[in-house]
Formats: sequence, C-alpha cells, structure tokens
Amino acid sequence: MNALRMVFSKPWIWAFIAAGGVFFVTVMFTGGASTIGLGQAALTFASFSVIVGLGQMFVITLGPGNVDLSIPATMTLAATLALKVMESQNGMIFVGLLVALGVGLGVGIANYALIKALRIPPIIATLSSSFIIQSTAIWSNRGLRIRPPQWMADLTTQSLFGVPNVALIALGITLVIFVLLEKSLYGRWVSAIGQNMRAARMAGVPVDGVRFATYVLCAVLASLAGFLLASFSGGAALNMGTEYLLTSIAVVVIGGTAVAGGFANVPGIWGASLFLFLVVSMLNTYGASAGVRMLLTGVIIIGVIIAASRRRVA
Amino acid sequence: MRGFLSADRIRMLVPAASLTVLLIAVFWLQPRAMSYTGLNLLFNLAVPIALATIAQMLIMMVNDLDLSIGTFVSFVACVTATFLQTDPVIGVLILAGCIGVYAGMGVIIHLRNLPSIVVTLGMSFVWGGLAVLILPSPGGTAPDWVRWLMTSRPPLVPMAIVASVLIAVVGHLIVMRSSFGVVLRGVGGNERSVARAGWSIVRARAAAYALAGLFAVLAGICLVGLTTSADANIATRYTLLAIAGVILGGGEFTGGRVSPIGAVIGALTLTLAGSFLSFLRISPDWQIGAQGAILILVLALRLLLNRREQAEQAK
Repeated sequence: MNALRMVFSKPWIWAFIAAGGVFFVTVMFTGGASTIGLGQAALTFASFSVIVGLGQMFVITLGPGNVDLSIPATMTLAATLALKVMESQNGMIFVGLLVALGVGLGVGIANYALIKALRIPPIIATLSSSFIIQSTAIWSNRGLRIRPPQWMADLTTQSLFGVPNVALIALGITLVIFVLLEKSLYGRWVSAIGQNMRAARMAGVPVDGVRFATYVLCAVLASLAGFLLASFSGGAALNMGTEYLLTSIAVVVIGGTAVAGGFANVPGIWGASLFLFLVVSMLNTYGASAGVRMLLTGVIIIGVIIAASRRRVA
Repeated sequence: MRGFLSADRIRMLVPAASLTVLLIAVFWLQPRAMSYTGLNLLFNLAVPIALATIAQMLIMMVNDLDLSIGTFVSFVACVTATFLQTDPVIGVLILAGCIGVYAGMGVIIHLRNLPSIVVTLGMSFVWGGLAVLILPSPGGTAPDWVRWLMTSRPPLVPMAIVASVLIAVVGHLIVMRSSFGVVLRGVGGNERSVARAGWSIVRARAAAYALAGLFAVLAGICLVGLTTSADANIATRYTLLAIAGVILGGGEFTGGRVSPIGAVIGALTLTLAGSFLSFLRISPDWQIGAQGAILILVLALRLLLNRREQAEQAK
C-alpha cells in the first residue's frame, strides 16, 4: 500500500496513466486486433520524441527563458547532410553519423555563442539561428532524392524480439541521460542552475560551462533524432522536423518536468511521448479529420498542462 | 552634442535609420520603386505584418510571448474569407469570440502561472485545426469592403504608408500615452509594484491579451483584403516575423520596454528586407537565413548601444 502511494506521488505516473488509457480506448475500437501493431508503432514514433525531448528537458531545466527553438531546423539539416555524405552506401554509415552529430555540435556551439556574446534570451538566439540553419537545409536539400543506406533503413524499421530497434536505441540513450541527470555532477549542476542561478554561481558551479554543454547536448540529440528519423522514413524532407518543435516542449512539460526549471524528470518523457502519439492515433482510429485531430491535440495538450499546474499548486 | 546623441536617442533612431538605409539601397537597385505604385507594392504586405507585430508587442509588454500569432492570423483570414463574407453577423461574432479567447488565455496563464510559450504553442494547434476545418483547401472570397479598403488609392501617399502611419500612431497613443498603457507596461516592468498600487494584474494581463487579439484579428482581415482569398497556412510565418519586428524596433523581451512606432518600423524593415534580397537576386533558399542574419546583426548593434548606455550612466 505504501509502495502504491509512493508510485502515485511520482510526477511522471500521470503521463503513463494517460497513455495507457488512450491505448486502451484505441485498442477497444478494433476489438483488440491492433494491440501489437499499435504498441510497436507507438514505441517507434515515441522514440523520436523521446530523443529530442531529453535534450529539451535539460535545456528547460536550466531555468526560465531557456528553451531551444532550433531543434526542428537542426534535425532537418543533420539528416540532409548525413544522407548526402552517405549516398545510400552502407560503408559510409559511420561517416554519416559523424556528420549528423557534427552538425549538432556546431549548432549547439553557435547557439550558446549567440546567447553569451549577444546576451540575448535563448528563445531569440535559437530562433535566429534556426532561420539560418533552415536556410542552409533548404539550400542543401534542393531536389534531394537520396535514400538512406539499406542497413540503416533495416536497423530503424525492424524489431528485436518484438521491440522496435529505434525504441531500444532511445531506451539506451534514456538510461545514459538518466544516469547523467541523477548520478553525475553535471546533472546536479544543471538542476542547481535551474533552481537558482546566482546561488549556483556562488557555490562554485561553472555556470557558463554547464549551460554551454547543455545547449550542445540538446542540439546533438536533435541531430541524432533527425538522422534516425530520415533513415526510418526513407529520406530527409524539409518539413521533417516541424512537428518536433511543439512535441519536444510538450513531452517535457506533460512528463512532469518543472517548466520553471530546476527539476527534471526522465521517465515522464517516455509516458508523455507515448501519450502524444497515442492521442493522434486514437483520433485517427475514430476517423477524425486532420483539422479535428490538430484541434483536439492542442486542446488536450493545454488541458494536461493546466491540470499539471493545478497539482503543483496543491 | 553628446546630450543630443545620447544612447537613448540612438536606440530610437536605429530602427528608423536601418529602414532608411534599406530603402535607399532598394531605390538604388530598382529606381522604378521610387513611385506611388512602387512604394505601394513594396509595403503592401507590410500592413498585416505591422498589425501582427503590434499584437506580439502587446504580449511581450507583459513579459509573455505568443507563439500562436501566425496560425491565429491564418485562422482569422479563413473566417474573413468565408463567414465574414457570406454571413457578416456570424463572422463578427466568431472574431469577437476569438478576442474573448485571447483574454481568457491571459487569465489562465496568469492564474495558473503557466509559461505563455507552452500555452500559445498548444493554441497554435487549436487555431490551425479550426482553420483547416473552415477551409480545407485554399479559397474563399474577401468581403467587398475589405477589398475596397486595402486597394483604395488615397491621393499623394500610397495606402500602405497611410495605414502603417495610422497603426503606429494608434499603437503609440494606446501604449505610450494612455494610463491603461502605463499600467500594462508597469506589469512588464515590475508586476508586484503595480499590484501594490492597487491594480488588478489579472485584469491587466487579460486586457493586454484581448488587445493583442484585436490587432491580430485586424491583421487577418487586412491580409485577406490584399490576397482576396485565404488558406489555412497563409500567415504561419508571421509568428517569427512579428517577434523579429518587435526586437528590430527596439523592444525588449522583458521589463515592459516596447515601442509601437519602432515595432511598425521593424515590420516595414523586415518586409523591405525581403524585397531587397530578391532585388539582389539572392536565391529564395537564403531569404529566411538572411532575415535571421539581419536579426542577429541588429541585436549585436543593440548590445553595443546598451554598453554605451551603461557607460553613460556610470559617468
């Protein structure tokens, strides 16, 4: 009984309960026939949101005003350049991955350079840089019809013992991030900065270094997600990252991470990512049109955020 | 002399100066633009952007940020091209309801202490969904009076210029000259002291959001007057343009430091930057990127001014 109460006091449990409820409602519609298929699809698509969401989580945890709006552009540019380098050859996969991660590294450094050098809020810094990144992506993506290497396509679309490989990759990253956040000095520093930047600075936390590392981490995770997404969907598209702008922020907030910063929550990212995908597929199953789907997604996100805020007040 | 060129004065002059420089550059590249029709063509599309920029500025004035302005203006455009044209009464009711929703957004964001970015991002889905429901494919017709208004040709000065000046003056009167505007800017500057002085912060925030909603509605109506038909994604880029416009015009993200005249000038500058880049034959691929670069450039310039301001204060 005590254990049960402990589980229910965790901020991430609500995201999983909501995801489970939506899953149940959707499966009921088909009489249980779609259970495995829907579960696999949810795990696959949630994985991409999880990877970008984890990066965004660290950024948001740095405190008010910290948010990375360049995630969609970074995903697109990383995927585009990686596919160009690989030219569908299996032997070039490692180089392609390095290029993608290099894009993330570059974007992260540029973002923090703008924040620091121009002393502008991270929102506008990442926004301006995303314009430039997006332009670079448009320019290099023109007429791009390159398919991902066969091995990458296989890796990202197949499953191991019924669990999609992408989900396993995302799970691995999640574990690393979890340890990074909960057990490492860096993770403690991020939370400390989010709770009170001045106090953290006085306590000797290398604030600039930690913030710099966080923006780089976020951009690198975004580029990795872009790389995997392009491999999964058979190519890079200019709008491939668009939906991840809202998603990356929404999964963090719904997952129980404090929007004001200082308190991150890794498991909640998974619950929220599954929830968001399942809401869309539930609406699809019930035959909602694109407009209704968007409308309800927005309403549900706002509803969850308002509900979550009420809990925090109480 | 030093008093005349104080940093504060320069801060006001930078937006106007960048617009002038850009205008001269455009005239130099394309002398035919130096005419009634040319100016109208250059600045036509700036009118809805200027209105959207004022809307964003009103939100930024109370230290929030609206990431749904673009989709909201698109939604208003869809309503204007359909309901407002066929059933004006229903159309007006819908648009009035939208302003109510904006006020409600302000109330919820304040009472629940929610981050405005997240709420407005969610709202952008709501507006986008509604717009797709009203107009699944591009279409609709602009109401005649809107069309007449936006294409009218006043003597001597093109409509686009008249409208921009009008927007700037109205914005200036509301924000800088009325006691209402002072309270709103006070909320951005020091919320607690405004509350201690006996003002209701909830009401102030609701009013700021409602007013922003009103300006965004006007932006949507004007846009349809220019384009004659609407589409669910017609104005999605306005979100970023509006933020950039406010910043270019000398506004700050926090502290209630905004300038309506600057915001309109910022919107005109951004519109003109688009034309300038195409006159330079820069490939459309780089247009967004160039706007990002211009934004960074202006922010860098601003940093230098702020340094100077601090140096002056230190003296």
